[in-house]
Amino acid sequence: MKPKVLAIDDSRTIRELLRVSLEGAGFEVTSAEDGVDGVSRFPDVAPDVVITDINMPNMDGFGVIDAIRKGAVNSTVPILVLTTESAPELKARAREAGATGWIVKPFDDTSLISVLKRVSGA
Amino acid sequence: MSINSIRDTFFEECEDLLDALIEGLAEMSGGSYEGETVHAVFRAVHSIKGGAGAFGLNQLVGFAHTFETVLDRVRSDQLEVDPELMRVLQRAGDHLSDLVEANRIASEVDEGTHASLLQALNGFLGIDPADGEDGGQEEEFVFEALALDLDLQDDIGGQTDGYEIRFSPNPALYANGHEPLLIFEALAGLGSLEVAANTTDLAPFADLDWKAPKTDWIIRLRSSEPEHLIDEVFEFVEGLCELSIEAIQTDPPEEAAADVPDLDDAAPDGGADPTPPAAASAPAEEAVKVVDLAALRTSPADAEKKQEPKAANGPRPTLRVDLERVDRLINTVGELIINQAVISQRIEEIGLPSGSGLSTELEDYKLLAREIQEGVMAIRAQPVKPLFQRMSRIVREASDATGKAARLVTEGEGTEVDKTVVERLADPLTHMIRNAIDHGLEGPEQRARAGKDAVGTIRLAAFHRSGSVLIEITDDGAGLDRDRILETAVSKGLVPAEAELAPGEIDNLLFMPGFSTAKEVSNLSGRGVGMDVVKTAISSLGGRVTITSRAGEGTTFSIVLPLTLAVMDGMVVKVAGQTMVVPISSIIETIRPGPDELHRFGVDGWLLSIRGSYVPIIDVATSLGRGVPDADVRDQVLLLIQTEGQSHCALAVNGISDQRQVVIKSLEGNYGHIPGVSAATILGDGKIALIIDPDAVVANSSAALRRVSDPRPEKEIANGAAG
Repeated sequence: MKPKVLAIDDSRTIRELLRVSLEGAGFEVTSAEDGVDGVSRFPDVAPDVVITDINMPNMDGFGVIDAIRKGAVNSTVPILVLTTESAPELKARAREAGATGWIVKPFDDTSLISVLKRVSGA
Repeated sequence: MSINSIRDTFFEECEDLLDALIEGLAEMSGGSYEGETVHAVFRAVHSIKGGAGAFGLNQLVGFAHTFETVLDRVRSDQLEVDPELMRVLQRAGDHLSDLVEANRIASEVDEGTHASLLQALNGFLGIDPADGEDGGQEEEFVFEALALDLDLQDDIGGQTDGYEIRFSPNPALYANGHEPLLIFEALAGLGSLEVAANTTDLAPFADLDWKAPKTDWIIRLRSSEPEHLIDEVFEFVEGLCELSIEAIQTDPPEEAAADVPDLDDAAPDGGADPTPPAAASAPAEEAVKVVDLAALRTSPADAEKKQEPKAANGPRPTLRVDLERVDRLINTVGELIINQAVISQRIEEIGLPSGSGLSTELEDYKLLAREIQEGVMAIRAQPVKPLFQRMSRIVREASDATGKAARLVTEGEGTEVDKTVVERLADPLTHMIRNAIDHGLEGPEQRARAGKDAVGTIRLAAFHRSGSVLIEITDDGAGLDRDRILETAVSKGLVPAEAELAPGEIDNLLFMPGFSTAKEVSNLSGRGVGMDVVKTAISSLGGRVTITSRAGEGTTFSIVLPLTLAVMDGMVVKVAGQTMVVPISSIIETIRPGPDELHRFGVDGWLLSIRGSYVPIIDVATSLGRGVPDADVRDQVLLLIQTEGQSHCALAVNGISDQRQVVIKSLEGNYGHIPGVSAATILGDGKIALIIDPDAVVANSSAALRRVSDPRPEKEIANGAAG
């Protein structure tokens, strides 16, 4: 069975890029367009790994991590944060919130897949 | 999906993001600096930057980055929005939009504007422009170069045979979704690995807390890889564990077991009990296995539980559909409407008894078909908001170019219009707004003398009115200078010198080809586009434009547009033995005049007296060149319409046969342009009927009137009409 990725990003472009890259690497990708959408899809998708953007309307990436780690979902699934910034304080904040790792935008396929494999083992 | 189509997606998405950006900036300039408004603006710029980065559009990324940094300071209250900052933000928004477009069509933006805006933005960030135009970016590069230096030092001193890694996870490591096994696997990719687990603190299975299995590890990695690669493996768990990585200069012992007992040394402060673990004597290969099975396969990552989704309070879900599909559907529905009309007519011809019930069901069918049609049309409908918001840029630019301060006020932004109409209105609106500022608004001194606000107001309003959409562009300027307009028109030979025209007619001279009142050619004029082009563009959308103006108070241009370009409500009439259709939207009322309401005028002209004023009667057949010389107006039915000059006219037709919805079929595409006719349709009996353009019919015949009449009665007509 293909490993499942839940990709949450409000940018259609990034969602498409993730889909193409990840499907090419043998993942099954479900996209969500903001935090609320992503968290609500989580139970049905039961992903092996979550990739989430930080800056999003309705619910941001920190909200997503919070909802998955605590709240109703309460899961320790690996969560990768997609960031444009490589600012250390942002990474620290994401880690504190419960993120497993991060991918810095713009990402290339190779590093995306390697990071994904590193945290999910998929 | 190829990278190119994702690129298309990016530029499509940019359009939406830029709309949101412009909307947000407009709200900010309206005084809303905090909360969701600034966040939305920030997000729009941020998303453009993110997408642009994926395609290596560096200039766009650089600009968006600086822009975004300023916005970030605004939203975190580090920077206060004053009018100057607002001005720069709006220009930055305009420029970002230019940059996106330039990247889309692979052209260049104006270097001067780019540099000066970057400088202005950096100015707000306190970055000295002397640092170069990309101050923010350079900082990042410096930072990365520094990181690289450190790596090099590691490499220089890194003539190692391997590493000893002591790794003791905190509970947070598991909570964040990490798997020690995956880290070991990643390390194994760098060399040969020996892992020993210290399970002293591990609780008996029954009491095991899966959220925090208290296990720590000593890892020996035989590898000549540089240390930064090892660091990279632990990058994500930094701060979530106790970790020490030491380079070993000598070969590790052959037997891992011999080396394991000094695990107690590895115990971190307050960490595991320094008693040698049970697994310590196992060979390394096996140790990995033991760890694998006992601790890791039952790791928290497998403990997900299915939960009910939280109630989603997001935006209403939307569906993106290829426009072509929608248009195909619209076309098919158009055919359905025609087909329904044909069936109705056939059934009527059979003459079924009225009790058959068929007519009721036929009526239902008609209603359903109409509902389907309205539903399909609604798919193409779009609010005018993005269009209106784009106009704020035009106001800013025109205001700069003319030195006349102006603000844009919009109303009815939620009004929905057909997508094509929205798209094709952009150019006419742009031109009219430029005109309103350039020609409509007075200069600052003149406004001061008139006691008006120094900042002129351009009002852009949209609303629905009886099946049409009305768009008004109003300025609070001096109003049209009719004497000058007439003078100009005469000097250009557009009207005879002796012509006496009603105010409305003078106003309409603005729409004549080759007319321009600008005595000094300003930056905005001289573009070779006149109001005649505006009028043509609006006519091609099946709309019309009219002017009202009051001296000293301002001018309003009103554009009336059909809600849809595919179907309209029409009145089916008989003209010279033919069936024709008049758009209902242009008919004010229908009149069967009594003898005392009709007045002969000139040789073969007629006037209708209605509610105290005289309205010229125009025979549609004559106007279309199908007139019968001795046709008696007293047998005709009159359709009272409002013409472009806001005056009334009565169109004479032989009779009215029906009122129904007709599908518009372009005539130009299939045949050619006929003066006075806007399009054609197919009626229930399968025959083609022409759709009359009332304004063109009036224009045809007033030209004819002017040729045959002397000026005096014509003035009388005009005066009567204006009443």
